Amino acid sequence: MRKGLSWFNVTSIVLGFAFLYLPILLLVIYSFNASRMVTVWAGFSTHWYVQLFQNEQLLDAAWVTLRVAFITASVATVLGTLAAIALTRYGRFYGRTLFSGMVYAPLVMPEVITGLSLLLLFVAVSIDRGFWTITLAHITFTMCFVSVVVQSRLVTFDRSLEEAALDLGCPPFKTFFVITLPIILPAVVSGWMLAFTLSLDDLVIASFTTGPGATTLPMRIYSQVRLGVTPEINAACTILIAIVTVVVIFASILTKRQEIERQKAERLAAAG
Amino acid sequence: MADKARGRWLVLAIPYLWLVALFLVPFLIVFKISLSQDAIAQPPYVPTFDLAAGWDAFKDAFSELSFDNYGYVLSWDNDFIEAYGSSLWIAGVSTVMLLLVGYPIAYAMARAPKSIRPTLLMLVILPFWTSFLIRVYAWIGILSPEGLLNQLLFALGLIDEPLQILATDTAVYIGIVYSYLPFMILPLYSALEKMDETLLEAAADLGCPPFAAFWKITWPLSLPGVFAGCLLCFIPAVGEFVIPDLLGGSDTLMIGKVLWTEFSVNRSWTVSSAVAVLLLMVLVIPIVFYQNVQAREMEKR
Repeated sequence: MRKGLSWFNVTSIVLGFAFLYLPILLLVIYSFNASRMVTVWAGFSTHWYVQLFQNEQLLDAAWVTLRVAFITASVATVLGTLAAIALTRYGRFYGRTLFSGMVYAPLVMPEVITGLSLLLLFVAVSIDRGFWTITLAHITFTMCFVSVVVQSRLVTFDRSLEEAALDLGCPPFKTFFVITLPIILPAVVSGWMLAFTLSLDDLVIASFTTGPGATTLPMRIYSQVRLGVTPEINAACTILIAIVTVVVIFASILTKRQEIERQKAERLAAAG
Repeated sequence: MADKARGRWLVLAIPYLWLVALFLVPFLIVFKISLSQDAIAQPPYVPTFDLAAGWDAFKDAFSELSFDNYGYVLSWDNDFIEAYGSSLWIAGVSTVMLLLVGYPIAYAMARAPKSIRPTLLMLVILPFWTSFLIRVYAWIGILSPEGLLNQLLFALGLIDEPLQILATDTAVYIGIVYSYLPFMILPLYSALEKMDETLLEAAADLGCPPFAAFWKITWPLSLPGVFAGCLLCFIPAVGEFVIPDLLGGSDTLMIGKVLWTEFSVNRSWTVSSAVAVLLLMVLVIPIVFYQNVQAREMEKR
């Protein structure tokens, strides 16, 4: 049992990861293809990237998407963190079942239902659909993901630190910012990034809740893909993949460094 | 103390009110519209509530509600029932395939040396951070008749003419299994990682062959992860819209796609609302089943 991984285990990991990564890798490789034919390799070229940066529709859509994602992630992080605190710290309160139901339901809800229901709301209260309705819709479904991520951190955290601060006369609001927030910060940051990428990625809910004038990048990509595959889209996808990869690697280095520093501090405290 | 109570109240009230306004109320509206009739108007349904007209208008509107849309959706002359059936079937088969593909990967990850586990976990999560649309789109280039898979099979001399995979249900299965795999692996991994390995050693010492030990020890202990993973994959897969639309054929019938078509092409908001309400009801059943299983698990302990 202790000998490490059997050949069967190694094979399943290697095949599993090949399955997960080969399609993405092929997409990146073919974005540098000189040929217009997506499936025929005709030599290395950055032609499609040049083309991409001249496509104003795509650039506009990208700008809309980034703005929506930034506002979404920021508001959803605040709302999701508040929801997580209420669910982990408040014990039983009136309407708890309904509240936790509403926090967890959007995680599994089919996107078509969420999108349709929000659209019907916006029509019923006659809000003009566009940038802000997409943003409201995105905040609503991403705050639930943030809440789950932050909750997992709040559950494992030593509450006596908070209680000590409160006992020593620190007001609750200040206790949160001085004690709680720094400890749960990694979870809050990864919640923010999760909300950001979910918003960046969403096609269905944005399509339902948009109006004239606000087209997001996934919507633009989707309509182009349906007309036929173009290498330009490969280039756009590659850039998106690169951005996400850089963000994720950066975040993991950051949390790793924090972890090391924390351990160092603990060692120092133990030695002193 | 009053200050503290007010602080607590605010922390809860802000997300609570947000979710009521943008999650609960929209569902009530969907339900209400599913009981209304189509109209050539803006918005395209009657009756609408006119809040300014007060209680009488509310009563009038209420008396006009009807279950006609449900009758229409559930009648045999339409494809809706078939679409529900085939969505459940496609989602069910995909979930079984996900379990078969995901289990060995999660198992191997949980048995990997502790030092490389975080890296493996990271590698499973990373595709999840990459756009879902992009990952589905990548398969078009692989599965199309002149795509990379056919080129490979051709070069290996396994086929003489290209296989038609794109625009079939097979492509939908591949797409769902590929996109949802992290959702299956993660809960399985967390269940398997918690398992006490000495149980397996004890079984081996007592002469239990590894395969029997797996069925008698590992599998039952991993069941919470199996249920969580299956639920996380099955429910969104039933309502899937992008994958059948991009990879499936014209005869691939899934309810998410039907809802979208009914809404955007036929512009019948009342019928698509009824489709959504029925879809939710279909999905509530596995959730209730799952909660029962969990409750029974808790009682056992």
